This record gives sequence, C-alpha cells and structure tokens, in this order.
Amino acid sequence: MEIFSFVKRVPSTTANVEIKDQQLDTSGCEFEINPYDLFAVEEGLRQKEAAGDGNVTSVSFGSDASQKYLRTTLAMGADAALLLKNDAADTADAATTAKVIAAAMGERSFDLLLFGKQAVDRDQHGVGPGVATRLGIPCITEVISLTIADGKVTAMREVEGATETITTSVPCAITCQKGLNEPRLASLKGIMAAKRKPLESIDTEMPAMALTVESTQPPDVRPAGRIVANAAELVDALRNEAKVL
Amino acid sequence: MSSVLVILETRSGELRPACLETVGAARTIADAKGCNVVALATETANIDAAVVGGAGADQLMIAAADAHSADAAATTIARVAKEVGADVVLLSATVRGRDITPRVAALLDTGFAADCTAVDSNTMLFTRPICGGKAFNNVKVNGDVVVASLRPNFFAGAGRDHTAEISEVASETALAQVVEVAAQSGGRPDVAESTIVVSGGRGMASPDNWNLIEAIADAIPGAGLGASRAVVDAGWRPHSEQVGQTGKTVSPELYIAVGISGAIQHLAGMRSSKVIVAINKDPDAPIFKHATYGIVGDVFEVLPELAAELAK
Repeated sequence: MEIFSFVKRVPSTTANVEIKDQQLDTSGCEFEINPYDLFAVEEGLRQKEAAGDGNVTSVSFGSDASQKYLRTTLAMGADAALLLKNDAADTADAATTAKVIAAAMGERSFDLLLFGKQAVDRDQHGVGPGVATRLGIPCITEVISLTIADGKVTAMREVEGATETITTSVPCAITCQKGLNEPRLASLKGIMAAKRKPLESIDTEMPAMALTVESTQPPDVRPAGRIVANAAELVDALRNEAKVL
Repeated sequence: MSSVLVILETRSGELRPACLETVGAARTIADAKGCNVVALATETANIDAAVVGGAGADQLMIAAADAHSADAAATTIARVAKEVGADVVLLSATVRGRDITPRVAALLDTGFAADCTAVDSNTMLFTRPICGGKAFNNVKVNGDVVVASLRPNFFAGAGRDHTAEISEVASETALAQVVEVAAQSGGRPDVAESTIVVSGGRGMASPDNWNLIEAIADAIPGAGLGASRAVVDAGWRPHSEQVGQTGKTVSPELYIAVGISGAIQHLAGMRSSKVIVAINKDPDAPIFKHATYGIVGDVFEVLPELAAELAK
C-alpha cells in the first residue's frame, strides 16, 4: 500500500502567540509537529503494517525549517520524506495549501492520503478535503477508527451527539482525529536510521493566496471577575446578575 | 442575479437547528447586497418552510438524495451555487459543515473563511479565531465566490414571519457515504453545541468522582459535559468532551470549570464563553484571571452544595 502522511509545523500549543503590526509574529516561537498530523503519521505506519507491504512517505509544504520535523517522522518509521519547499508556505491558507498538495500528488500514484483533521495554527480543517476534492477522490474527515481490507475502507467518526460509520474505497483521503491511535515516540534506533533515509526537497511555486489576512488581534479582554464566598452566592449571581440560569 | 446560498444541515431526515443561525447571517448579508437568500438542504429531510423562511430564507431548495455524503453534498452545493448565481455560500462550522466547506471552495476554485465568529456584511471581512482562540484574524476571501463557515452560538436567525418558497433540485452521486448514524448514549448535548458546559479537570482527583460533575449538569437543563486535556489524556473522559486548542473550542453562555487550573491551551478553547465560573482550591490557578465568578475551595465540598443550591 502506497501511503502519504502530511505534516506541518505549528507554533507550540503550550505557548501564547505574539502579534506584531496586526499580524501573527512567529519569529520567537517554539514550533512542533501539528498534533493531529502525528496521528496521520502513526496511522500510515499502522496501515502499512496491516497491509504487510508498501511505503509511508511523509510530506510537508514548508520552508527548510520543516526538514527537522520530516526527520522526526522518518525516525518514527516513515520510509521517505518529501518537502514541497516554499519559504512562504507557513503563511498559506488551507485552500491554497490544498491546491499545492493536489498538484504535487496528481503526478504520483497512491492508495491512501492521511492528514491531521486540522492544523492548530489556522484551524481551518481544510487541507485534506480540499486535496481530495481537487483530485476527485473520496475523503472521510475526523476519523477515530479506520479499517482497510481488499481496498474497502470503513471509518468511524464522531459528529455532534452521534457516531457515523462511513464506507468508501481506495484511493482515498482520511483526516485524523484524536482517538484514532496513540502516536509512537521515535526510538534511538529510529533516530539513527532516519539519518540515512531519503528526504527529497522540491522547489514549489505558491499560487495566488485564496485568503488574505487583513489584520490580527488578540481576544477581547474579559472584564475582571470576582471571587464569591460559596455556592449560594454563586447561584444567586448566575440567576440574578449574569442571568444565565 | 446574485444571491446568498446558505446550507441547511440535516441528520436522519431532521433539520439541525444550529444552522438557522447561519440562515440569519445570510439574511443580513443579502440585505446589505440587496439580493435573495436561497437555503439548500442537500438531502431529503422533513423541513418546515416557515421555520427556514422565518430565519431569513426566501427560497428553500431540497435535493432529493438519500445518501448522507459530504462529497455528494459539496457537488450539489457547487452546482446549485452556479445555478442560482451565488456570490456567497455560507455553511455552519459543525463537523459536517467543516467537512463540506473546503470541498465547496475547491469545486468553485475559491478560498474559504472557516469557523467565523463575525462578519461585516458591507466589507465581507470575516473574523475568525486562530490558534484555538489565542488570536483572531480578519480575513477576506479571494475569489469570485466567497465561501465561509460560521461557528454556532455567534449568529441568530432573523426571527421574522415568512414562509420560504420550496423547490426540489437534483442530487449527486456519493463517493463515500454514511452507512450508519448511531446516537451517542447519555442524552446530553455535545459540548460544542451546548449553551451551558460543566467541565472537569485533574482537580476531580479520579474518574470515579465524575458523578459530582454530572449532578451539576443534571441540575441545569441542556448542560453538556466538558473535560480538560489532562483528564482526557489520562483516559478518565472520552475525547469527544475535550475542550481546548487540541480539542473543541466552545462559546457557551455559561462555562463552569471545576478543578481546572487553566493551561493556555485550555483557556484558548473556552475563553470566548459569555460567563465563566471557576471552582478550584488553588487561589493562584490561572483560570481565576479569566473567570467571571470564582469559588476558591475544595471541589468535593463545593459541588454538592452547588447541586443543592441549583435544585432550590
């Protein structure tokens, strides 16, 4: 089975974000692999193991700074890595990113494309379904369980208040939700092996951006609250002051 | 002829009420443009034209499809968007809406603004949270058609007296389809859709103590359950309850955080709640800086008292 798992770097979720000149300033940021993309890498490794043959290639649309995160996926067990290189990639919106990735994948044969359900920087939930639509292949989003047998795909996902079972066939795209798997940590042996695995870098053009960020602002400052003495005082405030009960 | 196309969300043949808020937003935009609102249901469903019309739609189109499929829905939407000359297509930022929105944008070769919390109907500038709510972007969609999904709890139906004119449209073939929809047990609303959320964290000490959290939710009609990342990662609570940057972002009327210290990534997911209550024994917990009301105390003493007060 030929599998591609897509990853991007995002500002660390444990840090606050900085805003400069009304735009997000990531210059002083710690980065990490988008947490949902780790599920995509892990699922690729597991599906390859289940199929008994094939390759897992991790792909990132990013700048050279993304090479280190692709190395991490190689250390986890991916067979090869591909950097679709553009220095402005971090500023691309999901629709634009989907266009770039679809163009790159259109030239390759594959059974399975795995994405995180969203990147936790721009939170657009858009790359996986966008790529699949442009390639004309099925896509199942926010998947928490995935079985592939004889090319038949059965996936489950949670929607508000219900669980859906969705079926399709390969080739297809899947976006991964927390709960699908538990991503493995790279072993020392994996880290050593990763140094010898292929990491290809292809200069990639940026199409016209589909979204323009006019400005960025911090969240509204919440008015100062107050400490109440006990549950009775709290319920009184919620009923008579805030009027939310 | 331009129009604003708004997508109705249905499940098992019934309308999901949250999408009526999006119909209301479509009305506001259409009024600024001086055009019609066309509401489209992408599959066969039991929909009241007076409810959809009252929320703001002029026309109600229903695609006669049995398949609950995101790709078929997107193809139908893109086709109808061209047929009705839509220059704006609005969806709701639910799991299904988030699934369909990027597909519609790709089919129309345009951009999309996801999970918007506000829109300026004159400039078509959309406000949307990024980094789980740590900051907000004001964005403009570049393309002939503006596609956007709107987050629940930020917009409202038009609240007018009007019955939309119904017509039927053709549906499209599905590549992937939903073969089963199983309602989750418990009967509580999903945390992302609840107007009141009671959320527990590590301060609850053990998953066995969640009956105390549930007792509070039971005492408030319509309350949903949330959880911090720590307790989800520990396996105490299901992933579907996780609130935060790597879980769900919620904006209820009331968010009650119990035994949650308030890590940055959790705050990102709930700071836009209208009223925040924090109950924690640590007076220095960061959650108190964001709380409308706080109680410094032992959750095992405060929660039973709170349940008793709510019952009064």
